[in-house]
Order: sequence, then C-alpha cells, then structure tokens
Amino acid sequence: MRAMFPLVLESIGFSPSGNVILKNINLRIEAGSFTVILGPNGAGKSVLMRLMHGLLTPSHGTLHWGDAPARPQAQAMLFQRPVMLRRSVLGNVMYGLQIQGVPLPDAKQRALAALESVGLLQLADRPARILSGGEQQRVALARAAALKPRILFLDEPTASLDPSAMRAIEAGIAALHAAGTTIVMVTHHLGQARRLGQNIVFLANGCIKETTPAHTFFKQPQSQAAADFLKEELP
Amino acid sequence: MLQADAHLYDIVGLSLRVSFLAVIWAALAGLPIGALLAVGQFPGRKTMTVIVNGLMGLPAVVVGLAVYLLLSRAGPLGEFGLLFTPTAMSIAQAILVTPLLAALTRQIIEDAWLEYAEQLHSLGTKPWQAAVTLLWDTRWSLSTVLLAGFGRAISEVGAVMIVGGNIDGVTRVMTTSIALETSKGDLPLAMGLGIILVALVLILNAVAHGIRTWAAVKFK
Repeated sequence: MRAMFPLVLESIGFSPSGNVILKNINLRIEAGSFTVILGPNGAGKSVLMRLMHGLLTPSHGTLHWGDAPARPQAQAMLFQRPVMLRRSVLGNVMYGLQIQGVPLPDAKQRALAALESVGLLQLADRPARILSGGEQQRVALARAAALKPRILFLDEPTASLDPSAMRAIEAGIAALHAAGTTIVMVTHHLGQARRLGQNIVFLANGCIKETTPAHTFFKQPQSQAAADFLKEELP
Repeated sequence: MLQADAHLYDIVGLSLRVSFLAVIWAALAGLPIGALLAVGQFPGRKTMTVIVNGLMGLPAVVVGLAVYLLLSRAGPLGEFGLLFTPTAMSIAQAILVTPLLAALTRQIIEDAWLEYAEQLHSLGTKPWQAAVTLLWDTRWSLSTVLLAGFGRAISEVGAVMIVGGNIDGVTRVMTTSIALETSKGDLPLAMGLGIILVALVLILNAVAHGIRTWAAVKFK
C-alpha cells in the first residue's frame, strides 16, 4: 500500500487572475497530527485548506501525498455551514458512502454507527434540513466520519454554533483524532485551538509566519505577527 | 345533449392525454439537459445555454410546420404514418416544451449547485452524479416546472392544428375545437371549452403552489 502521509506542500502559491492570496507556502502534515491554522481574516486560511483538500488547484508549487500518485480518496471536510441534502438525516450520511461505491446494506450500517457516535441516532429519519444548525453540523461530522477518512479538514466548524453544540462537535473531533485521524482545522476560536491543537500554523497576508507546537505558541509565539495577533485576541 | 357531453369529454380527455405524454417525453430530454447545463463543465456550455433559453420562445406554428415536414409521407419519418395522429401532436408539443423545461431546470439546479458544489466536490461526486443528486434534491421545484410545461403544452394551438389536422373524434383537442367553433360561430361551445381549459390551468397552478408550500415546510 502506498503511504498517504506526510502531506507536503512545497512553495505553494495561489493567485487566481493575478490576485495573490497565498505565496510560498511550505508545510508538512504528518500522519495522526492535529494542526490548527490561525490568522486574521483574509489571511488565506480557508483557501490553504481547500488547496490541501483538492477543492482548489494551486497556481504554483507542488503538493504531494506521501508517495501516492494522485489525490487520495480517504479524506473529508467539514464546512463552516453544513450543506444538508433534501433527504433524511440517515440519507445524508449514507450519501457520501454511496458516492464512494459502498454497497447499500454496508452503507446503512456504517451510517447508523456514525450517527450513533454523534448521538443523533434518534433523528435518523428526520428530513435533515429542518434540524438546528448544531444538529446539522453533527450530521455533517457523522457523514465525514462514516467515510473513515485518514485526514479530516475542518473550516471553522463551530463558528456559528452555541457553546453546547460546540462542545458536541469538539468531542466528536477529539474522538476522531484519538482514533488516528489526521486533523487540519481553521478556527477563530483561540480557546478551541488551545484545547485541541498540537501544532499551530500562523498565517498572515498569504504567508506562513510560523509553525509552532501549540503549547509553545500560546506562551511564546515565534513571530511578531503572531504575538500581535494574540495580544489583540487575548487582552 | 348527453351525446354532446360525451363528445366534450372525449375532447378534454384527448387534450389531457396528448399533453401528458408530451410533458413526459419533454421531461426525459429537458431535465437532464438542464441539469448538465447547470453542473457540467464542457466547451460550448454557455452557447448552449443561450440557445436553450432562446428556444423557449420558439413559435408554435414553426414547430408544427417542421414536425409536419418530418412526418409527412415524403418526409424522413413518413413511413411511420404518424401525421394526423395524437402521437404527432404529442411530438410537436414535446418539442415546444423541452426548451422550457431545460431552461427552468437549469436555473433551479444552478441555484442549488451554488450551495452544494463544494460539499459534493469534497465527497468526490462526479459531474453526472451531481446532476442526478441535484435533480432529486430539487424534485419539488422541478415538479412545478413540469406543471408549467403541461400548462404550455395543453394551451398550445398552432402546432397541434398543423400536425393533428383537427379531425373530429381523432385529433380534435380543446384548443383546436375552440378555434374551429369560434370560426363556425358556435360561441357557446367555444366558450364552454375555453372555461374548462382556463379552469384546468388554474387548478394546475394551485397544485404547483400547494406542492411548493408543502415541500418548503417539510424539507426546507
């Protein structure tokens, strides 16, 4: 089997129609790590994650998945606003599995297990779009988890959720990480970054200013930009 | 009087049958075309969209003429002997309605695609799978599109007159009867048929509205 990790980004740039969003990004994501991307609005955090996930194609540089020849399938992403299809909660979780060609009885079994793990088994037959935002995000997490991804990308997954929904999502993410899933997360929530993250990638103006272990980053950021950012965010 | 009523039912029944079939055929072509125009990425997509939108305004009599030429004895499809049959009328109506269904479908699916695109790409959905997913996900909006198509088909007169021939008891539908009875001076019958036709179209729109409202509550 070919190895999917590490994910290596070499001098990645992204400048659609000449508009520079990211430049000279060098980054390495190791198997089983938990990376949090921090930075001010407009720094390019979400774009960086979409490039890694394969939703966008870099304008410059190269991106390797271990020694895999192409974009591996074993990845999933959770968006800030969950997109629910107009079908039942169970149908939404099964959808991703069916797209990947998992046979129906199998898909149902795995979807039910994933729903149970996020505590929404009792809502399996409800139309997904009438659920609350927090419940929808948990369904989206179950949909991602059911795919058994080896890497999960999270784009501010709790930005529009209340504290209890946020805790439920964080618990789900932590459980996936504990089970060996590599995590890359963008968040604006420093508390969340501190609770969950192992490595912090600090991004500003389309450049990586530093890549530091989380415990060091919050005590002693290595770059002036990050120090200023922390000072503003944590008065 | 009773006989006249039976005659009337025949005319209304034939109208419904011809247009129902036409919408089914048009849907089989129009919905996939609309969905692919919305999510597909192939050269000429924009041009095709413009053409499809333009064809919505296709003059019915011209479609009638074209289908007439295709189906007439000397035409390429003449051997099937379809001219002046209800099937020919369904064909003409289907051609008229297909661009309408395709254009409305494209609009609906494109709006949904804006919301779904990233998520579906993330899950690894291929374009044709996305088209199928979106057709299913917008099914309630699309059902009202089909009803709009049916309304256009059943109220059309020029094309079915040309390819059907308005033969009593064979290809006479509501619109062609109205045209004929009016020119003959039998205004009460023409008006009666006119009222039925308008009532049908109103009922269709009420049903469409009902579906939309119900689906909005149930599925959001």
